[in-house]
Parts: sequence; structure tokens; C-alpha cells
Amino acid sequence: MKPPESGGRDARAPLPGATALERGRPGRMALKPLVFALCLLPLVWLGWKAFDGFLGANPIEAVVRYLGDWALRFLLIALAVTPLRQITGWSWLARLRRMLGLFAFAYVIIHLMSYIGLDQFFDWSAIGREIVKRKYITIGMAAVLLLVPLAVTSTDAMVRRLGGKRWRRLHKLVYVIAPLGVAHHWMMVKKDLTEPMIHAVILAVLLGWRIVAARRAARHNGGGPSRSETACAVRSSS
Amino acid sequence: MLIRMGPDIRESEVTDKGLWLDRRRFLAMGAAGAVAASAFPVGASPLTGAKSAYKVDETPTPMKDVTTYNNFYEFGTDKSDPAQLAPSYFGKPAKPWTLAISGECAKPGTIGLEDLIKPHALEERIYRMRCVEAWSMVIPWVGIPLADVLKRFEPNSKAKFVEFTTLVDPERFPGQRSRLLDWPYIEGLRMDEAMHPLTLLAVGLYGETLLPQNGAPIRLVVPWKYGFKGIKSIVSIRFTETPARSTWMKSAPREYGFYANVNPKVDHPRWSQAKERRIGEFLKRDTLPFNGYAEQVASLYAGMDLAVNY
Repeated sequence: MKPPESGGRDARAPLPGATALERGRPGRMALKPLVFALCLLPLVWLGWKAFDGFLGANPIEAVVRYLGDWALRFLLIALAVTPLRQITGWSWLARLRRMLGLFAFAYVIIHLMSYIGLDQFFDWSAIGREIVKRKYITIGMAAVLLLVPLAVTSTDAMVRRLGGKRWRRLHKLVYVIAPLGVAHHWMMVKKDLTEPMIHAVILAVLLGWRIVAARRAARHNGGGPSRSETACAVRSSS
Repeated sequence: MLIRMGPDIRESEVTDKGLWLDRRRFLAMGAAGAVAASAFPVGASPLTGAKSAYKVDETPTPMKDVTTYNNFYEFGTDKSDPAQLAPSYFGKPAKPWTLAISGECAKPGTIGLEDLIKPHALEERIYRMRCVEAWSMVIPWVGIPLADVLKRFEPNSKAKFVEFTTLVDPERFPGQRSRLLDWPYIEGLRMDEAMHPLTLLAVGLYGETLLPQNGAPIRLVVPWKYGFKGIKSIVSIRFTETPARSTWMKSAPREYGFYANVNPKVDHPRWSQAKERRIGEFLKRDTLPFNGYAEQVASLYAGMDLAVNY
């Protein structure tokens, strides 16, 4: 295991040199397209099930929940990139983070669209009432709204425009969004909390790891703010 | 076979069942469907009831959906768990299946299922079923009016409520191996609700004996109440002075009350009850007060605040 501060060193600023080096390595070219295809698999699976009529007696509920599950999973996967990268030292993981984050956003949006278009069938007044009255829907909607600026600022141009520091600060929003997502699921469940609990534990580990890493980095660097864990955010924009 | 049929079943009654099967859907499913469909007869036997006047004029939900989309936490919390786990865990209902009758009545005791059913004529009733989760079905039940059964045990003047209990057997009900709910599952009715002619003790559906996922061998059906009041696999009926604290009341008292009458105006704390999705339909339909049975049962609750007594 590499100490987390090693992540801080190569990530203090965008390092075009490093990525060029990586790009030059054989086998790395195919990485992004491969992961992109993998990320589409849940949708392919859903389409196949829907086509074959295997979504059960209540297909609409099945679709909405399935997409919600994957939205949450992708949020957690995207949040796992940095800890995994720093623990394993696999720097190429950073190249996947933006894509994974955008897939999380995409699944969240399709999940929301399935709720609006399939479950409620564009009954806007009913949707409005639900947002106000049902806390888990309020929370879900808040999470979607908070995700939008992150998706919008995911391009290289936006990172440059905002500047690394502000961009990083903005993207810390995901530390609020992911718990909202887990809470949204938790509050929706009728009785069996097994799945929401698993998500909560994973999230706690992913966020807890960042806190520990930041503390260690701060001690190591003589009390500087927790740059090491946030700085790597910039790397993914390469 | 648990419940003997009379020898006087007319051919017309038997073939009539074919009408229930959603044939187009069945054919469309093809080979995979045929394999899945072949799972249905396991554990079920033909069981016909005389057509009753108690039937809604709505298309019955396909049998495949009725027997594969079930809330029965004794098997598991996923709606596909009961149908998937029932064949290997529950198999056929134990023989003899006995029910303990107790409490405020003149003739308590233990009675076998056959003896409980035999004196009565089976009826087929087509009822709406509205789940508290805002979905609904239309189901052709086979059963007997609960009132006729209860009267045989001569409840006394102290019998104000009836309490029902589901079998506890973690060998048969793998879901009972976890403490998700406070087993045994308990439900209750006020005496006048239990004695209402709509209240049914069901032993079959779609012209066959109940499958385990639907509450074999005997279950309660109270069509104007949310589905969770329809307790399954009953082993005990008790006459009481005070209302039972039902399993869902214990689990989440703010969300589930004793009465649980279908009411579009009283929302579940986490979702609206104004509309429901009929299984098989795309658009939601309006939920009806007392699930469309207001004319028959609303008077039972005259003067009661149904927002308080939810």
C-alpha cells in the first residue's frame, strides 16, 4: 500500500507529461472504450429484459428501481476511484474517474426520467406534490440538482475556466450528493434495509478513508490543508 | 389431495378455467414461458367454486402475475421470492393442516382444514386487491364466507375482535429465519368486519388450490382493506375482547394501522394512496374509497375519523 500523500505529489497540478506517458503505453489506449462499454452493460441488460418481457408483473417499478440502484452504484464506483488509486498506486485509474462520474450522472438522469415518464407519466402536479410531501423524493431531487453543476463543469475547458482550486471545491459537492442518494434509497425501502445498509457502509468507508488520508497528509506536510486527497481530482480531467 | 372436490363437477366448469388463462401472453412467452408455466401446477389441484354474485366487472389479472408477484415476507422481501422459494421450501401444505380456534367462544378446539371447509359451499368471487404499496390486481378467489365459519364456533358476547395467526416454521418459511418482522404474522378484524358477507376465507384462486406464495392452504381476503390485512397460511383464529396488535402495526405504527381500509384520501406517510397501478396497465388509475366497496362497507365506519383510524 502506498501512502496517500504519494497521490498528492503527482496531482498538485495537471500533469500533461504523465498522461502523455500513459497514453503512450501499449494497452492503455483500449482502457477507456472498454470501461465505457462495461458501463453501458446495465442498460443493455435492462433493454434485453424489457424486450423479452421478463421484468415481472410490475415492469415500471422494476425499471425505476433498477436504474436507481445503478445510479447509486455508479456514484459509489466513482467515489472509489481515488482511494483505490492511492492504495494500489494504479495511476491509470484516475483517467476513468470523470467517465465514471458522468455515468453516475447519466444513470441518475435516466432514473429520474423513468420516474417522471413511466411512473408518473408526466403528471407534473402529482410530481410537484411528491417532491414537497415525500422526504425521500425531496432528497432525491436535491441530489439531482446538486449533480448538475458537477456534470456541466466536467469538461477540460470548464476545469481551466474555474481554475483547479475552485473546481476542486465545487466538486466536493459529491460528498454531499452521495449520502443524499443513499438516504433517498434508505427512506424509500419498506422494511428490508439490507441493501441501503450495504451502500451506507461502502460510502462510509470511502468518505472515512478520505478523512483519514487527509489527516495523515496534513500531519506529514506539517499541517497543510488536506490537499492530497482533493488535488487528485484535477488529474481526472486529463 | 387436501380439499376433496364434489363428484359433480361439470365439464363446463372445468374448461371455463381456460378463459382465465391469458392465452395470447402464454403463447407469446414461447418455450421459456412453457417451462415457467409448468411450474404452476406443482402443489395446486383443481378446485371449483360456484360463481358468486360478488364479482367485479374488470379484467382479472393474469394468473402468472398473481402467482409470481407476491408480498409474503415469510419467504423473503423481494416480490419474486415467494414464487421462487415456495416449491423447494414450502412444497405442499402439511397434512393434516389444523387450525386452533380459541378465545371468547363456546366451541374452541383444534380443527382440520377439511373439516373446517367441508360444511360450506365453495364460491368463486372476483375481487379487487389493493396493496398498500399502491398497486392492485383483480383476483378470482375460491373460498367461503368467513362469517359462516366463525358462527360454528359460537363466539360469545365478549368476542369483539378476531385475531388470525400465520404458521411459524422457518423450515418452510425461510424468511422467518431473520427477525425482519415479529413472527408470527398476526392480523385482526373487528367482529362486524369479520362477519361482513364480503370477508372471505380463501382456499383457492383461478380454479385451483392456493399455491404457497398466495397463502396456501387457507388465507383471509378482505377486499376493502389493504392487502396486508389478508393474512396467509392461517393456523389460528382467536376471538378476543381487544383488537390484535398486528405485525405491521408493531413494525411501523405510524405507517400501518389496525383498520387499513383502502382510502385515497389518507396517504401512507411515504407515498400517496390517491392512485394505484393495476398490474398489467401503464397508466395509474384512481384508487376508490374502500377499494370500490364503499356501498357495502362504509356504514361499518360511520362516525369514525378514518384519518385517525387508518
